[in-house]
Amino acid sequence: MTATLSDGTTVVHGPKRPGTPALEARHLTKHFPVHQFGPGRTRQVVHAVEDISLALPEATVTAVVGESGSGKSTLARLLTQLITPTSGELLLDGVPVGRSAKARREYTRLVHLVLQDPFSSLNAVHSVRYHLERPLKLHKRASRDDLDTKARQLLERVSLSPSERFIDQYPHELSGGQRQRVAIARGLAVEPRVLLADEPVSMLDVSIRLGVLNLLDELRERERLAILYVTHDIASARYLADTALVMYAGQVVESGPATQITDAPAHPYTQLLLSAAPDPARTDPPVLRGRGAPPSLVNPPSGCRFHPRCPFAMAVCKEAAPPPLPVATDQVAACWLHSPEHAPKTNPPAAGNAAKDF
Amino acid sequence: MSAPTAVPAPRAETADIVLEVRDLCIDYGVGSSAVRAVTDANLTLRRGEVLGLAGESGSGKSTLAYGLTRLLRAPGVISGGEVLFHNRPQNSAFGAAPGEVVPAATEIVDLLGADMAKLREIRWSQLAVVFQSAMHALNPVARIDAQLTDVLKAHRAQMTAEQRRERAVELLRMVGISADRLRSYPHELSGGMRQRVMIAMALALEPQVVIMDEPTTALDVVTQREILEELMQLRERLGFAIIFITHDLSLLIELADSIAIMYAGRIVERAGADELFHAPRHPYSLGLLNSFPALHGEKVRMEGIPGSPPSLTALPGGCAFHPRCPYAMDRCRTDIPQLVPPAADPGRAAGQPRVAACWLQDGFQEPPAPLRRSAVGNNGDSNGARGADETHGSEL
Ligand SMILES: Nc1ncnc2c1ncn2[C@@H]1O[C@H](COP(=O)(O)OP(=O)(O)O)[C@@H](O)[C@H]1O
Ligand SMILES: Nc1ncnc2c1ncn2[C@@H]1O[C@H](COP(=O)(O)OP(=O)(O)O)[C@@H](O)[C@H]1O
Ligand code: SF4
Ligand code: SF4
Ligand SMILES: [Mg+2]
Ligand SMILES: [Mg+2]
Repeated sequence: MTATLSDGTTVVHGPKRPGTPALEARHLTKHFPVHQFGPGRTRQVVHAVEDISLALPEATVTAVVGESGSGKSTLARLLTQLITPTSGELLLDGVPVGRSAKARREYTRLVHLVLQDPFSSLNAVHSVRYHLERPLKLHKRASRDDLDTKARQLLERVSLSPSERFIDQYPHELSGGQRQRVAIARGLAVEPRVLLADEPVSMLDVSIRLGVLNLLDELRERERLAILYVTHDIASARYLADTALVMYAGQVVESGPATQITDAPAHPYTQLLLSAAPDPARTDPPVLRGRGAPPSLVNPPSGCRFHPRCPFAMAVCKEAAPPPLPVATDQVAACWLHSPEHAPKTNPPAAGNAAKDF
Repeated sequence: MSAPTAVPAPRAETADIVLEVRDLCIDYGVGSSAVRAVTDANLTLRRGEVLGLAGESGSGKSTLAYGLTRLLRAPGVISGGEVLFHNRPQNSAFGAAPGEVVPAATEIVDLLGADMAKLREIRWSQLAVVFQSAMHALNPVARIDAQLTDVLKAHRAQMTAEQRRERAVELLRMVGISADRLRSYPHELSGGMRQRVMIAMALALEPQVVIMDEPTTALDVVTQREILEELMQLRERLGFAIIFITHDLSLLIELADSIAIMYAGRIVERAGADELFHAPRHPYSLGLLNSFPALHGEKVRMEGIPGSPPSLTALPGGCAFHPRCPYAMDRCRTDIPQLVPPAADPGRAAGQPRVAACWLQDGFQEPPAPLRRSAVGNNGDSNGARGADETHGSEL
């Protein structure tokens, strides 16, 4: 799949809003070199992220969903500039991001990454106060006299109130959810435009996950942040996000309004994910829409990367990579089933008796 | 007001019971430094039943599992209670092995009092365990077929090497591992494959009970679902009962026949899976249900549960949930509620009375609406206990 259609236009994933998005990525690609020893080996790469174009408007949440290894974290890290893309470019408020040290520093301030593990993202020997005052000082966001007030305001902004209860505590004295809030508050200290949250709740206790998701929801409105929410939990993506992107083997296979992606999934991989997701409202055991595990990204399958697992695979699927095709308002799916020339004349075969023998 | 006393699970209908846990208490440490990790746990498992045990991390699920199989390691000690295993070895679904002793009737074994010889006889062959991390339970330097044939060699001495090998192949095939992976070492397999090997090992001797502690938590949803499908098919075929432990209540409701919810070391509610989903009786169960966003329907703002789970060393007095409970009353801060049938609830889960440990259900006041829904006639509400709860839900 490529993000460029036959007519030369590019499909840009993400919430559709008027105006310039806070952060835009064009044709982002990341190939990690595979280390091999001995002479005469061809240079191999891991195709971790392949030609993704994405726009994150302010005051929106975009979810990235997929199984582990699909490239979600690599995409998030590319967006932070923690890793250098193999190709592609980033635009912050419409301006291409420069490579100078100063430009990078400014970028780091404006685009903040929140990690999965709230235990390792805070320094155990420092208090909450230190974690919050340091970025305020570094980025000159507060005068000496203001530091305490500003730090307390940050705690209130992430609902750690009353702030005096938390400000002089150490990370080990906080619960996982509280630590994650401090990690977010630290990001807010420098007034970012974009918050990238990579599985921010998956290590937290079940009952406190929603509190952190609701906080992200509030920050979207109140701070007008452009938020990227990376998760393997498609139900939480539906809950929080405006738009969801489904990734498979380094590519975006479907994107669209989050409820539409879960209520009317158009790509067979999205359908597979949903058929496997826990759902207490289900009355009958689910019928899995496909089997097996994601492929190696060193030698990804030809054509559609999902074809070895796809219950609907056709001859063309092995030959050619499907472009993102419109399936509904603002919803695209990279699947030949949605192309007029390849769509089967009858309805797609049922999951169980799919033809795979081509 | 006198506190209702705990009702023991009924002794009468014992025919299909396979495991009973009564008033089990487990501590870490002894003397003044001891902390109680499991308090007065009562469970009844029937033949072929899937009993789900749900709760947040630290609520004592694993401790309970280790305790009732006597696999607890120091400083863990069992400080009270009984675990009764109703031993009734079946004829092998693979064809009875020659020389296998089949007791005439069910023998009730007190697992906590049993000597090591008796435990060895029961553990694995009749009561098997699958733990979360296969990497810790598999031998890293042995090929997987050898690990299986070794189990058979140790417990089924009468089988020939050829029979053992055939059985190993069949077991691995049953859990979806093809013959070409037999010679692999554990590290050469994916996480899902290793978990499948663990399940094959647990089922190798056709136990009557399998205890699974977060067996699929580390896996992707598709792999998780494949493994669960295989597991349920095997249960149909081999008839074992399962205690399935997970923090994922939403998965458990799909999977289990009945569910026990743990909080801070105590079982706070036990009910049929559907009853629990549509008509929870304990505020913590309701809160947990409200912590899993739904895959369908209107987007509704959900709140989860305020605060965070307590530490065992600083358990709140009275009902341990009271600092987080939106319905807490004065008495909740001082008196510990017993696990009893809700006053207004004749409902029975799989032949057992449904029970909840909450003062709201003692009959002296009407429980709040979300905690007195009827489990039946509620089918139009696909979101179960959530969504319909006006006091907790608002448009997102
Ligand atoms: N630094 C790296 N070097 C080589 N391969 C990497 C590196 N980081 C990630 N990968 C590979 O890129 C792919 C995508 O990984 P990742 O982005 O972490 O996926 P996800 O977050 O969806 O689980 C995987 O195959 C992973 O092994
Ligand atoms: N070896 C140990 N020593 C002391 N405390 C322990 C030990 N193992 C577990 N605990 C405590 O017992 C409680 C229950 O733990 P556990 O049974 O692992 O819970 P769960 O499986 O529900 O996450 C926790 O508070 C934990 O800290
Ligand atoms: S039908 Fe073809 S293009 Fe569509 S997902 Fe399946 S294999 Fe890919
Ligand atoms: S006993 Fe009281 S505090 Fe405990 S769950 Fe019931 S109402 Fe809440
Ligand atoms: Mg990741
Ligand atoms: Mg555990």
